[in-house]
Amino acid sequence: MSLKVESTPQSAVLAPPPLRLIDDLGTAVAENESGGFTLPAIETLLGLYRQMVVARRFDVQVTALTRQGRLATYPSALGQEACEIAAVAALSPQDWLFPTYRDSIALLTRGVEPKDILASFRGDWHSGYDYQQHRIAPQATPLATQALHAVGLATASKLKRDDTVALTLLGDGATSEGDAHEAFNFAAVWQAPVVFVVQNNQFAISVPLDKQMACRTIADKAIGYGMPGYYVDGNDVAAMYAVVSAAMDRARSGGGPTLIEGLTYRIEAHTNSDDPTRYRKSADVDLWRRRDPIERLEKYLVAQGALTEEVRAEITAAAEELATATRDCMTEQAVIDPLELFEHVYSTPRTALAEQRAFLAAELDGDAAASADVTEESTR
Amino acid sequence: MSPQQTLETGTAVRAPENLTMAAALNAAIRDAMVDDPTVVLFGEDVGPLGGVFRVTDGLYAEFGETRVSDSPLAEAGIVGTAIGMAMYGLRPVVEMQFDAFSYPAFQQIVSHVAKMRNRTRGKIALPIVIRIPYAGDIGGVEHHSDSSEAYWTATPGLTVVSPSNPADAYSMLREAITSDDPVIFMEPKSRYWSKAELTLPVQTEPLNRAAVLREGTDVTLIAYGPTVKTALATAEQAEAEGLSIEVIDLRSLSPFDDETVGGSVRKTGRAAIVHEAAQFGGYGAEVAARLTERNFFYLAAPILRITGFDIPYPSPKLEEYFLPTPDRILAALSTWEWS
Repeated sequence: MSLKVESTPQSAVLAPPPLRLIDDLGTAVAENESGGFTLPAIETLLGLYRQMVVARRFDVQVTALTRQGRLATYPSALGQEACEIAAVAALSPQDWLFPTYRDSIALLTRGVEPKDILASFRGDWHSGYDYQQHRIAPQATPLATQALHAVGLATASKLKRDDTVALTLLGDGATSEGDAHEAFNFAAVWQAPVVFVVQNNQFAISVPLDKQMACRTIADKAIGYGMPGYYVDGNDVAAMYAVVSAAMDRARSGGGPTLIEGLTYRIEAHTNSDDPTRYRKSADVDLWRRRDPIERLEKYLVAQGALTEEVRAEITAAAEELATATRDCMTEQAVIDPLELFEHVYSTPRTALAEQRAFLAAELDGDAAASADVTEESTR
Repeated sequence: MSPQQTLETGTAVRAPENLTMAAALNAAIRDAMVDDPTVVLFGEDVGPLGGVFRVTDGLYAEFGETRVSDSPLAEAGIVGTAIGMAMYGLRPVVEMQFDAFSYPAFQQIVSHVAKMRNRTRGKIALPIVIRIPYAGDIGGVEHHSDSSEAYWTATPGLTVVSPSNPADAYSMLREAITSDDPVIFMEPKSRYWSKAELTLPVQTEPLNRAAVLREGTDVTLIAYGPTVKTALATAEQAEAEGLSIEVIDLRSLSPFDDETVGGSVRKTGRAAIVHEAAQFGGYGAEVAARLTERNFFYLAAPILRITGFDIPYPSPKLEEYFLPTPDRILAALSTWEWS
């Protein structure tokens, strides 16, 4: 017995059931249905559970802060934790992650501080974190462009005979972009050590997947590029972790790229400025809430006796601690230096920019002088 | 016209050679690759064929597949992967086969190549050279003769340069490859076969500076890339008519060398700019506005633009009517009131 997924046929040929290792009810699937993948060890699953719970608490907290008007925008990944956390958990320290704007919890899971993740969403400079230290590229806003950067970095790693693998996150809508096609093709032709994880959350803002493509699955497209493709239940973190890990291993050992599609659902709106009631039914959202990736793993772990009340309390405490830290970091106001506007455009200063910097500096001095005058006037 | 200094590199000084611009560019890439093992080269047909203009001739044989490779035919892919390579410590030199073929890469160049340093607050540099053969006068079929420089010069974060002769081609490309900033390196196709006697490695003026190629007292004629030859021919012709024209080769379109060009304009009091690209919103508009704002009281006449017409680049049989010529330039200068 399992919850049936209501979906409109997207092509003449229906998509096959996605690969899963733990089903909707929290039961491990039979070995002959696991597509040759092994269920991760219970300690690994417990670690993934913990990371998903903490990530969700962060996501819910940031969405709340955004509703309070404390952030300009925040694209939530609520419901997509299995894809996000599995992708990051499969990385080795030397690997690079190329995320999009929706993947803040992936950054969090890889160790970036909340204040650094939220810098750009608060309207500050793009990001506060050290890209080299975390080996995470800046979150990409243009769609699919970062996939090519991942392929390039992976190719450089291969040319240098390093064992660094690049993993890039994409959405279903982004696969319609030319850059996604070029990235898949370059990766396959160059046998780049790169893994593409497409989170198929079924909507590109409001446009459903059947208006993006006419084929069965995104994973099917891998065949056309000459690389392996996997269609995975994106709400089963066990399956996502197993498949992504295998793809990372293959890439690291010279086996080339892999395209992985995780079928999932965006529970929240696209961003706080979106109104999803205009394009999807609340019954669909409810259905996908019942397919929650965290609850599914929780059922499995409880049945296995691995999730004791003590562990659960400890995870909850860690999640709450992070939520508090996230709220607290909002009180820290970034130091804004208008003259920094000119600092990072070129490696060496340009005369024309120096002139414009001086112009702004003089304007700021003028403002300061003017407000000093006003103060003097009012105290007279 | 250019000081023959030695580059501060490990490149050995060679015997003087009579080199085309294409050969000088080839030598620049080769020497850069010998000097720096992080320099890699890829693009369409740059491997065994040596590029459609043979600029990369012999490099595949010398450096092998690891450092010189043919890429799939996709310009966004070429620039996008170059970005990832640069993030991992390589210095990619990539080729857009023709000017108009660079447009599929527009988003990667404008949204990422140009902005990466700024959006990461200086934490990620992209030392990439994007070579773009550009402009016409070679009888090219459609989409093979565009002058696309204004798209790039309008984009903060890019350095945009264009050599007009073999010596500059070598020196500027060497410097572009060592730059920590991304450089759009625009190669005038019609000058690929122009020749000069060079002792490599040659070092000319710095990458960000314009050069006064011919001194004059009456008019400053500003050109770059393919129209430098036209400007020099114009000055030659004008001399016979008693008009002294100072010819400036901009070399660098972004940054713009205000010091050199402004100095010349303040001396002559008259200026005109020549380019192949269409006039409206073209690079010459910026030059004219900028020079006027800064030198208005030195000017005896409005700054003129002698450019291609505001039409798409024409077919080969019509391009001679489109391209600026010495006669057309002199006719334009004669519209000024001379007292």
